[in-house]
Amino acid sequence: MSTTETLAVPQLRPSDLGRLSMVGLRTRKLRAGLSALGIAIGVAAIVAVLGLSSSASAGLLNKISALGTNLLVVQNGQTLSGQNAELPKAAPAMIGGIDAVTQVQETASVTGDVFASPLIPTIDTNALSIDAASLGLLGTVGTSVAEGSYLNGATAQEPVAVLGAAAAQRLGVDRVYSGERIWADNMWFYVVGILNPAVLAPNIDSSVLVGFPAAERYLSFDGHPSTIYVRAQASQVDAVHNLLGATANPENPNEVDISQPSAALVAQADAQGAFDDLFLGLGAVALLVGAVGVANIMIISVLERRSEIGLRRALGATKGQIRTQFLSEAVLLALIGGAVGVGIGALATALYASAKHESVVIPTLAWAGGIGAAILIGGVAGLWPALRAARLSPTQALWSM
Amino acid sequence: MSIGSAELTQPGFGDDRLASANRGSPPVLEVDQVTKIYPSEPPVTALRGVSFTLERGELVGIVGPSGSGKTTLLHLMGTLDRPSTGRVRITGLDVERLSDRELAALRATRIGFVFQQFFLAEHQSALDNVADGLLYAGVPLVERRARALDALELVGLDERPHARPTQLSGGQRQRVAIARALVGSPAIVLADEPTGNLDQATGQAILSLFKELHGMGVTIVVITHDQEIANHMDRRIEMLDGQIVYDGTQEIGGSTRRSPGDRSRTDEGRR
Repeated sequence: MSTTETLAVPQLRPSDLGRLSMVGLRTRKLRAGLSALGIAIGVAAIVAVLGLSSSASAGLLNKISALGTNLLVVQNGQTLSGQNAELPKAAPAMIGGIDAVTQVQETASVTGDVFASPLIPTIDTNALSIDAASLGLLGTVGTSVAEGSYLNGATAQEPVAVLGAAAAQRLGVDRVYSGERIWADNMWFYVVGILNPAVLAPNIDSSVLVGFPAAERYLSFDGHPSTIYVRAQASQVDAVHNLLGATANPENPNEVDISQPSAALVAQADAQGAFDDLFLGLGAVALLVGAVGVANIMIISVLERRSEIGLRRALGATKGQIRTQFLSEAVLLALIGGAVGVGIGALATALYASAKHESVVIPTLAWAGGIGAAILIGGVAGLWPALRAARLSPTQALWSM
Repeated sequence: MSIGSAELTQPGFGDDRLASANRGSPPVLEVDQVTKIYPSEPPVTALRGVSFTLERGELVGIVGPSGSGKTTLLHLMGTLDRPSTGRVRITGLDVERLSDRELAALRATRIGFVFQQFFLAEHQSALDNVADGLLYAGVPLVERRARALDALELVGLDERPHARPTQLSGGQRQRVAIARALVGSPAIVLADEPTGNLDQATGQAILSLFKELHGMGVTIVVITHDQEIANHMDRRIEMLDGQIVYDGTQEIGGSTRRSPGDRSRTDEGRR
């Protein structure tokens, strides 16, 4: 008698396992679909939240990197007694003497209000300011002319103005034509250009810019710059930053404010994700609910499919093969939910971003994390039902029907 | 029905091969002083020292009233459960010495089951239901389907291989289930009340099918509570209160057929 004969235990082929894991989904489509929906909603929420904020941040960061991060802004600060300090007239020239500085341009505040016409009540200042501006300002702050032209050596001498983007809007000027003029500090200034928004120097947006000579001649300007825009070599930005205070105002370096606008914008881009945590939390709750749904359907499935389990054991399935079948079914269910969720989340991101003309960015962490979370949830939610299915005695499963 | 035209590869599916297989090969099934006690309060003794042997190619009916232990015996013969004491050997392999995984492999390759409720997957075609009989034997899908078609031919259903179980009559469904039991060319087919869900005429047709399969050398055990059905079998084992009360061959069609398992008849079971 060949009792020493050994029995080889055949392995289930991957293709057969794939087919087996779809049995429950094929036979109970609606129920499987609904429980996958929970996972899909959770994953879609997570992908969309991460995608939307990433797209928005990416848009801003793209803009910042196009404008350059090497712009430093020097402004007059305050004296110890709280008065507005003045920058020395020679400050731009002294800053230009720093080796690593590549460009220096300045503006200077000029007292006086601006109106579309002398008939407008003087109280309606529109929060606009008049600034004297140097001729190379636009290139340094990274903006350009939207309409007309900028100041040049000739127009800088005359009562001629260029409007910042917001200033033009508030004054009701949307295009430049010959003879277009505004009422600035009790005299007419002719408008020769309108600027695009200056992302790195938003002060310019609400300014009416005139030439330095014109400011001195017509607007009783005292010659002190108020804002100096400095471009430094990209690798030397920090070093230049440290030198600017003492260079701009050697007597009172503490009365100088120095800022790096791109740094503030980067912080703003990061801050756009401030509400992400809330929505991610909601997505996580949806995922948890989805996981409970998957666990629930799998437990019901095991109860309903006792005869199938018993039959499979009779046909030669090992406990491990039954366990693997039900576990892979749960994982597949969650995976389908996860994939649908990633699709919905990506679509929502794409629609929103294209509506706002932003580039569509779906972080790898979002979609891979969504799919990974779905697989993990399927595995965890399906484990206990799968163990129950494997533990089911074939005789009970088959003869207790 | 075109029985005999299908080529089955398992030794023992033809009378010529059966004769040679019987010489020197172990019995298909040996049940030796088997008891089964279920640990409830109080413990239930379902089988009390049952012994018998089945040789290759036998057609046996195990008959008894409800509670006689015949279903428990089926569990043990099918290796779905283990005896409390005693030995069960399938083709010489001692069930006691095999792990759960090895028992599963044993069922996958050497035992075929036919159930009263058929247990067919309704979302699958008849062909795929039959092919599932080889799923856990490590046979590739293409070969499983080819052999399933052979098995369907064997039970006379090869013309509707793609029909769903819901499109088939009760008798046809049971034929599909029988084909599933046969597809792996098992050493033994265990049928539990195979006609229990069928009307009399259909039940008779299924019994005729079993006889034809038996004629081809398939070893078949039919478990039933119906004496009439048991009377159709070459050999009848009667059970009562967990014991064999009769084990013998019987006269079918005017001639007495001798069971090849005579040498192992239980003395206490003789009437």
